[in-house]
Amino acid sequence: MFDTADLTKLIFGRLTLESLPLHEPIIVGTFAMVALGGLALFGAITYFRLWGYLWREWFTTVDHKRIGIMYMVLGIVMLLRGFADALMMRLQQAIAFNGSEGYLNSHHYDQVFTAHGVIMIFFVAMPLVTGLMNYVVPLQIGARDVSFPFLNNFSFWMTTAGAVLVMCSLFVGEFARTGWLAYPPLSNLSYSPDVGVDYYIWALQVAGVGTLLSGVNLICTIVKMRAPGMTMMKMPVFTWTSLCTNVLIVASFPVLTAVLALLSLDRYVGTNFFTNDFGGDPMMYVNLIWIWGHPEVYILILPAFGIFSEVTSTFSGKRLFGYTSMVYATVVITILSYLVWLHHFFTMGSGASVNSFFGITTMIISIPTGAKMFNWLFTMYRGRIRFELPMMWTVAFMLTFVIGGMTGVLLAVPPADFVLHNSLFLVAHFHNVIIGGVLFGLFAGIAYWFPKAFGFKLDVFWGKMSFWFWTVGFYFAFMPLYVLGLMGVTRRLRTFDDPSLQIWFVIAGIGAFLILLGIASFLIQIAVSILRREQLADVSGDPWDARTLEWATSSPPPAYNFAFTPVVHDNDAWWDMKRRGYVRPLAGFKAIHMPSNTGTGVILAGLSTTMAFGLIWYMWWMAAGSFVALLAVAIGHTFNYHRSFHIPADEVVSVERARTELLAAGAKS
Amino acid sequence: MTVAMGSMKAGEPVFYVVDEHEHPEGSSTMLGFWIYLMSDCLIFAILFAVYGVLGAKYAAGPAPKDLFDLSLVAVNTSFLLLSSLTYGFAMLSMQQNRVGAMQAWLAVTGLFGLAFLGIELTEFAHMIHEGATPQRSAFLSSFFTLVGTHGLHVTFGLIWLVTLMVQVKTYGLIEANRRRLVCLSMFWHFLDVIWIGVFTFVYLMGMLR
Repeated sequence: MFDTADLTKLIFGRLTLESLPLHEPIIVGTFAMVALGGLALFGAITYFRLWGYLWREWFTTVDHKRIGIMYMVLGIVMLLRGFADALMMRLQQAIAFNGSEGYLNSHHYDQVFTAHGVIMIFFVAMPLVTGLMNYVVPLQIGARDVSFPFLNNFSFWMTTAGAVLVMCSLFVGEFARTGWLAYPPLSNLSYSPDVGVDYYIWALQVAGVGTLLSGVNLICTIVKMRAPGMTMMKMPVFTWTSLCTNVLIVASFPVLTAVLALLSLDRYVGTNFFTNDFGGDPMMYVNLIWIWGHPEVYILILPAFGIFSEVTSTFSGKRLFGYTSMVYATVVITILSYLVWLHHFFTMGSGASVNSFFGITTMIISIPTGAKMFNWLFTMYRGRIRFELPMMWTVAFMLTFVIGGMTGVLLAVPPADFVLHNSLFLVAHFHNVIIGGVLFGLFAGIAYWFPKAFGFKLDVFWGKMSFWFWTVGFYFAFMPLYVLGLMGVTRRLRTFDDPSLQIWFVIAGIGAFLILLGIASFLIQIAVSILRREQLADVSGDPWDARTLEWATSSPPPAYNFAFTPVVHDNDAWWDMKRRGYVRPLAGFKAIHMPSNTGTGVILAGLSTTMAFGLIWYMWWMAAGSFVALLAVAIGHTFNYHRSFHIPADEVVSVERARTELLAAGAKS
Repeated sequence: MTVAMGSMKAGEPVFYVVDEHEHPEGSSTMLGFWIYLMSDCLIFAILFAVYGVLGAKYAAGPAPKDLFDLSLVAVNTSFLLLSSLTYGFAMLSMQQNRVGAMQAWLAVTGLFGLAFLGIELTEFAHMIHEGATPQRSAFLSSFFTLVGTHGLHVTFGLIWLVTLMVQVKTYGLIEANRRRLVCLSMFWHFLDVIWIGVFTFVYLMGMLR
């Protein structure tokens, strides 16, 4: 009936041997390294018989703390991939002068800059931010877990599934060559007929489900699970910024889902949403995706603001200056972030009135942000500042972010934007705020909460190395881009004609190399800290003399977080407890009700991955089969009504007794 | 809930709850589901907005007046509205613990839903047969997507409804099942509200254009 060609097509869709990029030596080399590394890891886990442990204790866990840590691991692994892309671009741009084509062809280079953007935002910044929120928020509000522990596990695996799809595109087929937002008509089937854009769409759709659900989850957790006495205006600032971030997630990710669904209809069904013919409107895509895209950058920065607030007040030994104004500033930024999306494309030509409106709303955002900056400064004023690592990152943030903020206000002026639109000035600006704001915040947060999560501090020497390489490297890498942008160099260029520009790209390349050393130092820092964990150990659970509830329990906290739910009287609840002579309870422990682990999240995310893979490669049987299986597993899961258990009182007693002994030993030494 | 420790003197601050501070299972479910519904509502908002932009881009193809059969849509709409009413009756029966009556009302709801879908599919088939396919013009792309997304939601609602009927039959009206029925109820009424928007903005206003 069928000849072989038809049969192959039926089974493999458009996946052929040519889809494997065997002709690109760089990719083959990368693949060899990744495969070897993966095999080594696989072998090591098998050799040490860790699969069972990993499955039972980590992959299937519903403990918000372990899920938080897994998010952080995912983010750090993907940071290496995203940064490798960045290095490749800097090298290419530094050498592609005087007729040289550099070492990347355009087909490859375009994928590199697209993958860099997508990975850094969706699979580095988002997992790291979500991971910190997951870990810290329930502890800060005195809860035992999040509202929906199973959904939390599922969300993590969906995010991971998206990352897996992006990684897959490196070795099977290719990634989008459209830039990180995949504007049509370039991303339509007629101009991007291959699988790149489909990888992009499905990776983001799958990960988007995870992000949305974790947003719903954390909102419910913060609204419903706060310890008694913790009114909204007594919540720690990090919890406040997390709440606003998750509101933004729930209010903006559906837009991304919808607009990507419309793009996939254009590509798969042949509809005319964003085409040039039959009434389609490509600019509508640009509008819609930025209605998601602008809130997205605030989703990333707000938790960082929360981290800086916690760090500043802890290491200045003072109550946060202007708590109320900080909360209101956060809320105002949340709302305003919805009213500025058009500043990403003033050049669309929507006319003077529309551009003025969006220019002014954009400038207004600098007011609450400036208020925050002064609050941090006034918190430090006359404080006893301890320049530990988190505080160093915070100070670097305050200096760097202000520069990024000012160039942002500059870009908000429509006439100036007409000159600077899509130039390297813009690239420098958003790296200035994302590295100087989000990333510095994440490093501050990691250094600050690491001892809480693992019971020992991070090594200071390598931390300082990482800090200085990162900050100096950042200035070297991006200040030249401001200059180049002002000279009119546009973004995403592969080769250059004007030799006088080269020196700036070389300086930027050196900056990227310094950042590489910063990342290496960070990894060494973690390794060294693990080796020196005995010396760096903290038994008190409160190594920084901090102020909020997460420091009231042990480090790492027990599975149930708090043996007794705390009662809150003050913004800085733990500080208040310490000041007023809180005595840790030693008796009267009861059994604690906790959610059970489940593997359903892993299975559902795995099926989503195969479904997406089938859709990307037109392997319809695989997509349909995975979808049916997905439904069946999801429905099957709802037939399981026994999802919780009790930690027996004996176990709570023994865990708490161990801590009592540890505290006594710590007090003696 | 008791918050005082036995050994504590009166007037001293209380820093922890002695009794297990229990968050009953599912205490956040309604809020969580409501927030999810609002996010879903946003997807529809985008689809409505897209229809608003593209709804008149006929590309020299058929316009609403050539395609819509208002009397059919009226029947369709009444089926969906009635299904919301019958779901309401099911919830009333649930509150009175009348399992049989509740299951019957749920079945009626499901049948109305099925009829709604059947009519919608007939309408789609008829349009496609006349050459008014989703590919024909931006207007038709946005029409099929908006109405079709609603239809997909109804389909998932039906799968959920059947699942819940089985679960109630197997495990009875336990707390978890009551919670799920309330969630589905919110979902079902939500789809009704969306449909009123579709009926007004797509069909009625379309006929005026």
